[in-house]
Amino acid sequence: MSQFIISGSPHVHGEENVKKIMYTVVLALIPAILVSIYFFGIDAVRVLLIAVISCLFFEWVIQKYLIKGPVTITDGSAVVTGLLLAFNVPSNLPWWILVIGALVTIGIGKMSFGGLGKNPFNPALVGRVFMLISFPVQMTSWPVAKPLFAESITDAITGPTALGLLKEGLDAGKTVDQILADPSMPDYLDRLTGNMGGSLGEMSAIALILGGLYMVWRKVIDWQVPFSIILTVFIFAGIFHLIDPTYYVVPSFHLFTGGLMLGAIYMATDMVSSPMNISGKWIYGIGIGLITIIIRMWGAYPEGVSFAILIMNAFVPLINNSFKPKRFGMVANKK
Amino acid sequence: MYALITLGLLGTVAAVILYFVAQKFKVIEDPKIDLVDEVLPKANCGGCGFPGCRNFAETLVKSANEKQSLEGLNCPVGGNDVMKEVASILGLEVEEQDPLIAVIRCNGSKAHSPVKANYDGPSTCAFAHNLFAGEGGCQFGCLGLGDCVASCDFDAIHMNPETGLPEVNDKCVACNACVKACPRGIIELRPKGKKDRRIFVSCINQDKGGVAKKNCVVACIGCSKCFKVCPYDAITMNNNLAYIDPIKCKLCRKCVDVCPTDSILEINFPVRKKKPESEENVVETKKSMAVMQDTKQDSNNESQS
Amino acid sequence: MIALKTFKKGGVHPEENKLSADASIQKLSFPKQAIVPLGQNLGAPSKPLVKRGDEVKTGQLIAKGESFISANLHAPFTGKVLKIDDAIDSSGYRRPAIFIDVQEDEQWEEGIDTSETIVREIKADKQTIIDQIKNCGVVGLGGATFPTHVKLTIPEGKKADYLIINGVECEPYLTSDHRLMLEKGEEMLIGIKILMKALEVEKAIIGIENNKPDAINHLNELTKQYVGISIQPLKVKYPQGGEKQLIKAIVNREVPSGKLPIEVGCVVSNVGTAVAVYDAVQKNKPLIERVVTVTGKAVKKPSNFLVRVGTPIQLLIDAAEGLPENTGKIINGGPMMGKAITSLDVPVVKGSSGILLMKRDESQRNSPQTCIRCSKCTMVCPMGLEPYLLAKLAKLSLYERAENEKIMDCIECGSCQFTCPSYLPLLDFLRLGKNKVGQLIRSRK
Repeated sequence: MSQFIISGSPHVHGEENVKKIMYTVVLALIPAILVSIYFFGIDAVRVLLIAVISCLFFEWVIQKYLIKGPVTITDGSAVVTGLLLAFNVPSNLPWWILVIGALVTIGIGKMSFGGLGKNPFNPALVGRVFMLISFPVQMTSWPVAKPLFAESITDAITGPTALGLLKEGLDAGKTVDQILADPSMPDYLDRLTGNMGGSLGEMSAIALILGGLYMVWRKVIDWQVPFSIILTVFIFAGIFHLIDPTYYVVPSFHLFTGGLMLGAIYMATDMVSSPMNISGKWIYGIGIGLITIIIRMWGAYPEGVSFAILIMNAFVPLINNSFKPKRFGMVANKK
Repeated sequence: MYALITLGLLGTVAAVILYFVAQKFKVIEDPKIDLVDEVLPKANCGGCGFPGCRNFAETLVKSANEKQSLEGLNCPVGGNDVMKEVASILGLEVEEQDPLIAVIRCNGSKAHSPVKANYDGPSTCAFAHNLFAGEGGCQFGCLGLGDCVASCDFDAIHMNPETGLPEVNDKCVACNACVKACPRGIIELRPKGKKDRRIFVSCINQDKGGVAKKNCVVACIGCSKCFKVCPYDAITMNNNLAYIDPIKCKLCRKCVDVCPTDSILEINFPVRKKKPESEENVVETKKSMAVMQDTKQDSNNESQS
Repeated sequence: MIALKTFKKGGVHPEENKLSADASIQKLSFPKQAIVPLGQNLGAPSKPLVKRGDEVKTGQLIAKGESFISANLHAPFTGKVLKIDDAIDSSGYRRPAIFIDVQEDEQWEEGIDTSETIVREIKADKQTIIDQIKNCGVVGLGGATFPTHVKLTIPEGKKADYLIINGVECEPYLTSDHRLMLEKGEEMLIGIKILMKALEVEKAIIGIENNKPDAINHLNELTKQYVGISIQPLKVKYPQGGEKQLIKAIVNREVPSGKLPIEVGCVVSNVGTAVAVYDAVQKNKPLIERVVTVTGKAVKKPSNFLVRVGTPIQLLIDAAEGLPENTGKIINGGPMMGKAITSLDVPVVKGSSGILLMKRDESQRNSPQTCIRCSKCTMVCPMGLEPYLLAKLAKLSLYERAENEKIMDCIECGSCQFTCPSYLPLLDFLRLGKNKVGQLIRSRK
């Protein structure tokens, strides 16, 4: 008689697996990738390739020679991290900064904690913040977006982002209306489609939302985190706008500029570093929204999403411990 | 200037508060505890039955102060040397205890107990024990998933990949961790014995002989042959299973010879003489056994009735 | 379409694979030797009343349930008691059982109505019903085998508002309840009426998942003649057959943690149990047979059999045209909660609902990877627990903390492990933890 297999139930398994989840995220990023290539051309391709390849390379090296464990670069997590890292940098970033950033991302952000699933912080953001602090000049000189087939007048024009313009203007004592009227400020349509200066992935809110909806549909992310971040930013910015419209910009400006969409949809929802329970997800999202707005309004940096996410990442274990899912049978029953 | 004064004042006030707090919450400890703790092995293994060495030291000192004895307290890791030192610190004496070692009472290797089902799940005996009887079909035998290995702090127990059974080496300090870890109670602490020689029944199967034998060729089938041959009454039969009392056993090895399934193991004995001779020996012992049986059987009947 | 009722929290939707849904119930031939385990019900095993060499008739009482939670056992066949000895159960452990050498010609114990005519009039009063159910050894046939008479004895001060009948059969593959509803609908409804009388409730609701439209239509037609019984179609979602989930889905009440359904005025019973109650009360026929599904993707003829308790599983597989060559796993029950068995000599017991033969390639588990903290397990847990955390706590032997995190509320439905993208054996560790925490709680008493 042949030998039968003995194991505990359940004896069937669903369709989900880690690889599928990771490649779903990659798929969801494709519209944003296309938009970035459209605006930044060959530079975007260069940055994306360098980031992804160096992330994969460093993960392979560390797993094979430092940890001497199994190599799991095919699970797609390093690809996702690489793409997100590339999305967070300007397209004209020197290649060597990007490689160093990838090393920090994978080496410090991910592998030093034990690899996939164990990192408390979003690795791509760790890399981004490291580069931002170490190479502030290169990281904040944004090439102006130049649609692929548009006539190029001059090459490599760099300028500040919309948020940077706002911050500078406010520091110079101008009112919001004056700043927004400035011709270098991208108008609404540009903000929505991404026709403005910024890092690769911050460009088109529409492309990002499209990918986000796909991920929610495939149940790779929960809608609570992005929704609560966006809602909080909107409400909080709205309150201040109502108080003093000359100093505080309209809330929709905050939503479609900078890395808010990218952060809310792709970075904050990173499975590993986000809370496990629904109530916790709300708290986490609200926290990110509040910190983002605080940094944007009163902080030294024009952009605060990455810091906000990293700060809330640190709170995740605490959130997991304090905000439990609603247990079945824990409510008093009406008889 | 003002800054200097305020800071100085603040510092003084804080120092005074700290002093009083320290006085108030001072813990008075018997200095002997520290001395005893110093001697203990610091393995914090829990083999003594207490959570850690410090805790054990406290208990030792308490017992010495209250009862003037250290009865029932023993550090298996340190052994007699450590206990003697502890006793001398506390001004007492301790009895010498035989050092113990863990023995695996299952010999159902893959060769002895062929695999009948494949387990597919996490490598914990505790779970597999709840799930099913075991790959070899014996519901008493070793599951071979290594809970004992994981529990050992002393690197003293390892899985033998060939047999699928754990093996204990001489690093064992008899801390009892593996005994507790085994969900089937296969591991027992037994005296190391003279010259490290031990004889024990390497099986705890309580099934009837036929069933046990079907699952494993080296199972104890409860035939009572060893029980009958033992000249020192060291063997007891219970639920189709023989057990050798390590204190009564004089290591004569008669039981090893008569066991039809080789379920009684002898450890660290010199290799027996050449084969033909040993066969003769067996025959001889069997003859003498037959003689002895008559006399013994009477006493058996008495004890049984 | 109107949104169908279901329970709110968690749940998964495994592939249904109801291969044997159209196979009508067939009677199975008798084995040469039957093994009747003594511990077929939840609670204490029954005490044997016969001894070696005794002649028994079909339906004769052969073992008595003596403690409160225990059930009677009746001879499923006519024949001679061969021995009372240990026999392996589905997990390979040896448990006491009565071995019966089966005679060809069957003789029923006197007083049992073996005819097919349907007795509609319920003459028995409340106490007689409960006594009769107890005498006939009826237990919950949904799988938990909780003695039915105990369930019907409502504790002092509590009152039942609803009798909920579980016709959900949320386990993939299994179709025994489905066929029973189609073929023994009338008997089942009379059984429900009897249960209603015993419980003194006015309303009974049969919950049926929407993937069995024929059963819903058939019973809708039949219930017209029975006052108080209604059908509630439910959305297909696993584990809807769980007692607590079913109550939540149908009457929207939550059974408090650690309590029984009667706490919220509900009693849940399986459709198979209702039929067994009908047999016991109206026909005086003890519970000696049940419907068992034999199924699997490689099985030549997925079928539903009416099988006597004590029949070795081998016989059922033979009747479904044999064990497929590439069988890797045999499961006693459904794929989500069933038990893998090592041997085909295991007999059918009162709690067996199906035999599932899985192909070798689908029975091997994928190797577990690291947890990516995706929180899918917490999302699908119908009890609102955090399986990833509980499994970790059990792994690290932090049982007290696991208890505080409500590990004992786990209903072992397996949704977490089913959905885990890292293939982690979550439920295995949860079970281990539950076991240890249970020991801990008992040791405290």
